[in-house]
Amino acid sequence: SVSHSQITRLYSRFTSLDKGENGTLSREDFQRIPELAINPLGDRIINAFFPEGEDQVNFRGFMRTLAHFRPIEDNEKSKDQNGPEPLNSRSNKLHFAFRLYDLDKDDKISRDELLQVLRMMVGVNISDEQLGSIADRTIQEADQDGDSAISFAEFVKVVLEKVDVEQKMSIRFLH
Amino acid sequence: EDVALAAARLGAVWLALVFALIVLPSALGISLGISEAYMWVLVKTLEWATIRIEKGVKKPRPQMLKNSAANGIIERDETPMEKEIARLHQVDFEFSDVFYFCRKGFEAIVEDEVTQRFSSEELVSWNLLTRTNVNFHYISLRLTVVWVIGVIVRYCFLLPLRFTLAAIGITSMIVGTTMVGQLPNSSVKNYLSEVVHLTCSRILVRALSGTIHYHNKENKPQKGGICVANHTSPIDAIILTNDGCYAMVGQVHGGLMGIIQRASVKACPHVWFERSEVKDRHLVTKRLQEHVADKNKLPILIFPEGTCINNTSVMMFKKGSFEIGATIYPVAIKYDPQFGDAFWNSSKYNIVSYLLRIMTSWAIVCNVWYLPPMVREEGEDAVQFANRVRSAIARQGGLTELPWDGGLKRAKVKDTFREEQQKNYSKMLVRNGSIG
Repeated sequence: SVSHSQITRLYSRFTSLDKGENGTLSREDFQRIPELAINPLGDRIINAFFPEGEDQVNFRGFMRTLAHFRPIEDNEKSKDQNGPEPLNSRSNKLHFAFRLYDLDKDDKISRDELLQVLRMMVGVNISDEQLGSIADRTIQEADQDGDSAISFAEFVKVVLEKVDVEQKMSIRFLH
Repeated sequence: EDVALAAARLGAVWLALVFALIVLPSALGISLGISEAYMWVLVKTLEWATIRIEKGVKKPRPQMLKNSAANGIIERDETPMEKEIARLHQVDFEFSDVFYFCRKGFEAIVEDEVTQRFSSEELVSWNLLTRTNVNFHYISLRLTVVWVIGVIVRYCFLLPLRFTLAAIGITSMIVGTTMVGQLPNSSVKNYLSEVVHLTCSRILVRALSGTIHYHNKENKPQKGGICVANHTSPIDAIILTNDGCYAMVGQVHGGLMGIIQRASVKACPHVWFERSEVKDRHLVTKRLQEHVADKNKLPILIFPEGTCINNTSVMMFKKGSFEIGATIYPVAIKYDPQFGDAFWNSSKYNIVSYLLRIMTSWAIVCNVWYLPPMVREEGEDAVQFANRVRSAIARQGGLTELPWDGGLKRAKVKDTFREEQQKNYSKMLVRNGSIG
């Protein structure tokens, strides 16, 4: 589990971002971080912190979302095998990434949704046609049940073939 | 009535002491050693406090005391995008590409390089000021007693003293420069102007209990040059004028500051701009060039960052001062935060609260390094020159260099930076895939 000093530091960070000093963060508070504002997926990442329809996130919600990025090794220390799956399990990390694509939360990544994410990442540098064919090729290769959309299972299969999820989606604290 | 008389007498004695022990030596440029003695006691006390805290911490956590903001909270993976994503590519795009941007985003949320520069540096060990007591808990009775004594000393003795000195300093500045300003232009006037400015600076430095170490005085800025330094606080100017005379550059303010500006410009050609003139870059450049061309005029003092940064890093230098074509004299200023935090967090404190905080700190201790003069080289444009000067200052002062603009304290980052990231990613897609 998270150590006391880590929680203190994160709380310190939370309050320094909270310019309105009302105990919650708004989207503007996140966008004030320059390195996040220039991130092509910045808006999607910020969205992940806010529950459906809400405009403010409190410290608890902040920590919950950040918890997805804890290294998986931390879990070996906790003995709670019968409890709910921890937020930073490999499966939940993959779910988190899946939801970056799946905007309408229907558990499928459609061609449109994929195109939206691609457009965010490439900006104006690639034409619609080229982007369209990239999307088509990507879906074709991952789609196994032929519905021209990517389910979570298909997503997991194609991602795990290439990438060490634990390593890519983890942030280590220095102490 | 007797009480009033006694109070008046006490007040007179107090003022006489202040004049004899502080103001007079300032005017003559000598030191009686009082500040040195105070600093010695202070250093010993803080060392004792540090040892007590280290002993008192129940769980041995040597990591925490040694960890400063410079080390960071998290491990940042600095692998560039090209390397991290390109390894995986046999096709042009993969679902896992988002992982890179996602992680970078979360790293920035937990800890970013920029916003931390706009708040005060964290201390390694508590310095017995309530305001810095962030992570340190109650340790012992003795420590608390020392802290209480500290509060009394700072608020009941040091604060009135410093306030008196500041009042004397500012009044002398206004009166002195106005009087000198009446004289016709001559070398006598210049000499007297320098005396007035130096004396008042020295009084003001003592008003802050300033201990300044100047290094490499042989590189001190000369007439006809431009002195640039990193900016941490409005006090920076006083720190430098304590050791030499400069022509200040800035916008005309109202209120007390405006009075000081209008008085001082009579004695010595400072460069004050009206609010409307500041927007006109050509006008600004022209006036600075005229000033610099006159070899009799004092060196100009400019802070190219444009805003106060927290003294852990040097941010982007605005290129304006580097286009003028004069010799640049870089100066690095590094404050020791253990004795008092000099950084002005203007979004959190207004100038009055800031001065109050400064005057109730232990002291202002800093190092000033005069660096060898630099000129723009062949084929170097103003931006490259500005970066070269910035590197020299950062290296000397032990500060990190950041390519970010200090203006990000208030303004949003420009879209061009995000567009650059998008362009880099697009290049990778095009290169690896079969799209031409």
